[in-house]
Amino acid sequence: MIGRDLLAIEDLERGDIERILETAAHMQEVGLREVKKVPTLRGRTIVNLFFESSTRTRTSFEIAGKRLSADVINFTPSSSSLTKAESILDTAKTLDAMAPDAVVVRHQVAGVPKRIADELTSPVINAGDGAHEHPTQALLDLFTVLQEKGRIDGLTVAIVGDIAHSRVARSNIYGFLKMGAEVRLAAPPTMIPAAVETLGVKAFTSLREALDGADVVMMLRIQTERLSGAFFPSVREYSALFGLDREKLQYAKDDAIVMHPGPVNRGVELAHELADHRPSVILDQVRNGVALRMAVLYLLAGRPPETKRGTPEARRGTPETGSAKVSETRGGKS
Amino acid sequence: MAPLTTTQLSPDSTPLQISKTAACHGRVVLDDAGIRRALMRIAHEIAERNESLEHLYLVGIPNGGVPLAHVLADDLAEVAGVRVPVGILDTTLYRDDLGRRGERPSLRRTEMPSAVDDQVVILVDDVASTGRTIRAAMDALLDFGRPRAVQVVALVDRGHRELPIRIDYAGKNIPTQPEERVVLRGESGDLTWPLEVVVLSGEEAA
Repeated sequence: MIGRDLLAIEDLERGDIERILETAAHMQEVGLREVKKVPTLRGRTIVNLFFESSTRTRTSFEIAGKRLSADVINFTPSSSSLTKAESILDTAKTLDAMAPDAVVVRHQVAGVPKRIADELTSPVINAGDGAHEHPTQALLDLFTVLQEKGRIDGLTVAIVGDIAHSRVARSNIYGFLKMGAEVRLAAPPTMIPAAVETLGVKAFTSLREALDGADVVMMLRIQTERLSGAFFPSVREYSALFGLDREKLQYAKDDAIVMHPGPVNRGVELAHELADHRPSVILDQVRNGVALRMAVLYLLAGRPPETKRGTPEARRGTPETGSAKVSETRGGKS
Repeated sequence: MAPLTTTQLSPDSTPLQISKTAACHGRVVLDDAGIRRALMRIAHEIAERNESLEHLYLVGIPNGGVPLAHVLADDLAEVAGVRVPVGILDTTLYRDDLGRRGERPSLRRTEMPSAVDDQVVILVDDVASTGRTIRAAMDALLDFGRPRAVQVVALVDRGHRELPIRIDYAGKNIPTQPEERVVLRGESGDLTWPLEVVVLSGEEAA
């Protein structure tokens, strides 16, 4: 089943995704209790290692870890020796020596979480790396669609916006395709990666065509400051052609839902009137994010030593017992 | 927004590992009629021991305890004329052995239809042994409120207790070897009636 780390939706099997979503459905029930906390990760430590700032995702992981009774440590570059030019891997190794049970990594460069995972004994969860992947975002989007629609198989999902620079889009493309949905992309031609259709998606440069008959419309955040002038002539033009309002939403199915990974540029990719109310499920996405991340932490954090790929020492040929001993000193069982 | 059920994801698969051991081997120690007789007797005992049945609350521990709790509720209605609520309480997130296992066990449904405060909660499990499941169930229960009292029903008590836990109502005491497994199962592998309790030898259980 699910591997040691969660780095990319591309690596997952459909069965893995189903197991995570099923676990998240049970975790959601914990969030409805009077005491919203279960002891399953008691005595375990989760480190949030965020090189790129993100209040939303970090807070979501923090709440998720705390609801499972783990100790959650936030480690951000501004409060650490990264400002003293310590290398990323040195920082990661230092953290690893303190034996956390999971490390959640966000970095502005694609591939950093994978590189860190290769170095560490603890499981690594990718919380977004460059324009590569943001697996927990895609999983919570899948979870939200499943809750709203009762299924994912056979649905039509339109992803609209800066596909080329979006890790959210990439993870969702893999996720929805693996779960049996039809995926359509809509963006100005400058924002659609070359040969993207080889993944099995349909790319459109007309919003209307992409939305025709869609069950789910996923709007992406446009980084106006970075992209305007280079990838499209002006924000106003982008908004007129690819921004979603009630009128354009009518191209989609009557019961279509609108999603957005947040934060929303109101009036740019999404009209005010759609940002706050049904059919938009943006706040449900945020809520579901906690349950989903609880599921991921439950499934990955604090596994016994034999399922890990071994400490760096073990990989260099020290006997197995060496790594087991190191792990036994980690706060032990709950 | 209704909570998700596992059936939405995979309608064909029930999360019962025990079902994989097809209903062809194992020594039957309690057949369907025996189970129903035992539950009816337990219903009488519950009615006798609890002066008022008004505050009773049956809570089945998945997976085996759930169908038993429902039949027990029917029996109580017949014996005492009182409809008691039935809840489902998964103990997985309260287990004390998670760090010792490779794959994390799948979670099961929890559904507590009403508050447990000031209720006499009767936990219902299929097989009692070490007492660790009951311990976990009590911890989970206390996170839902403050019951007036907690009592325990086990269809089968196989011994080998490791914690100071008492079974208040046992359907049948069955002496077993530690390596044996005692399993409640239905004919088609899931937990639909008719059910039976079988003892699997160490090799059969593996």
